[in-house]
Amino acid sequence: MKEIIVIIGGGIAGLEAASQLLKLGYSPIIVEKSDHLGGHVSRWNKLFPDMTPAQDLLSELIMSSKDANIFLNTAISSMNRLKDSYNIMLSNGISIITKYILITTGFRLFDASKKEEYGYGVYDQVITNADLEHWFNNGNDGRIDNSQMNAIGFVHCVGSRDEKARNTQCSKVCCITAIKQAIELKERFPDAQIYCFYMDLRLFGKKFEDFYIKAQKDFGIHFIRGRVSEVSENIEGKVIVKAEDTLAGKPIKVTLDLLVLMSGMVCNPDSTRTAGMMALPIDSDGFLKSSDNVFHITSSPKQGIYYAGACTGPKTVPETLAEARSAVLEIHSHIIGKE
Amino acid sequence: MNVFGFKISPSSAIDMDKVDRARFEELCRVEPDAVRCMACGSCSATCPASAFSGMSIRKVLLMLQRGKEKDAFRMMRNCMLCGKCTMVCPRGINTRHLILSICRIYDDKEGKQ
Repeated sequence: MKEIIVIIGGGIAGLEAASQLLKLGYSPIIVEKSDHLGGHVSRWNKLFPDMTPAQDLLSELIMSSKDANIFLNTAISSMNRLKDSYNIMLSNGISIITKYILITTGFRLFDASKKEEYGYGVYDQVITNADLEHWFNNGNDGRIDNSQMNAIGFVHCVGSRDEKARNTQCSKVCCITAIKQAIELKERFPDAQIYCFYMDLRLFGKKFEDFYIKAQKDFGIHFIRGRVSEVSENIEGKVIVKAEDTLAGKPIKVTLDLLVLMSGMVCNPDSTRTAGMMALPIDSDGFLKSSDNVFHITSSPKQGIYYAGACTGPKTVPETLAEARSAVLEIHSHIIGKE
Repeated sequence: MNVFGFKISPSSAIDMDKVDRARFEELCRVEPDAVRCMACGSCSATCPASAFSGMSIRKVLLMLQRGKEKDAFRMMRNCMLCGKCTMVCPRGINTRHLILSICRIYDDKEGKQ
């Protein structure tokens, strides 16, 4: 009999896991709460560092996982442990008995309006990284005025590394995303001055540092080390940003037509809810807690329950895909070991 | 006698709206590496003039981009052109050549002080 594996979350981790499980001859079931697959990536435009269209990745993933059983618009109603398996009740009334659950519930974007001093939701000229990515995709955003684009700012670490926002963790991808988006905006508005306000630039990944040098040298993006302290609006409807240029040791101010807030990754409340049903531990950063953070990132302390992707902490797309494959291999080894 | 009080002092704040970028852009045309500095501080750490005069090519580059051209030029006059900063720069910026270009571009217009 083909082993059933329930995948909670139809983002890229869930899709990649389903596709690999299908190749190994198993029968994966994807439970997705929204009406579409792909999660956050389905609304993104291009992926660093190669500027791959997000849609290309997604269509490939959806194509290769199409033989999985997929339930859209479906949530987990309840979950309980049987002798050596789990009984999962779905919101559509279906119940599934399985020995293996893969949690791929991902992250949620930090709600930028919580940082009131940045003016998201107050000033029309203030948008988030996700808003900008949607605008790259569909060109529809009433807040972005194409004709008036002389100065644009990016604020790094919005809701990340911020104890008061209750997120001490670094969201990892925002530095490189800001640089990517700054370059994309400079390409659209070559005459605009673009400023990145950062605390640190954490360009850890392959090709990320090249992106930084390119942004400086080829695109003339201005990097200002200092956290934005407040944003206000002037009489012409532009936003004034104040910060300290900590490298110059002086306060700095600039008037902008558009301000992009790099909202960080925070734990998805749906992950926490699902984890609560099985009494799975939550880490101090709010994300799901792996068995350990070096050797068993994809394992939970409960037998048969595995994790992949950003449900255990901020991850890039390639890291998420690699973790999905890794979790599938662990499940596969476990099944083979029992035969 | 009033022991507490403050007097009006000129603002040292940077206003990016008022920065005239013309000369820095001219500099970048001859020295494209001028914008590649990542403010690591290797140059100032090794600079023999730094300890005595506060000379720092990193700070000079930053001040030029923040519209503080006079301050930058004043600081530059402490440079002895020894070239140690060029040897240590991790991004391979030819700082010595850059300093000479700054002298040339900013000097004639700024006027000798």
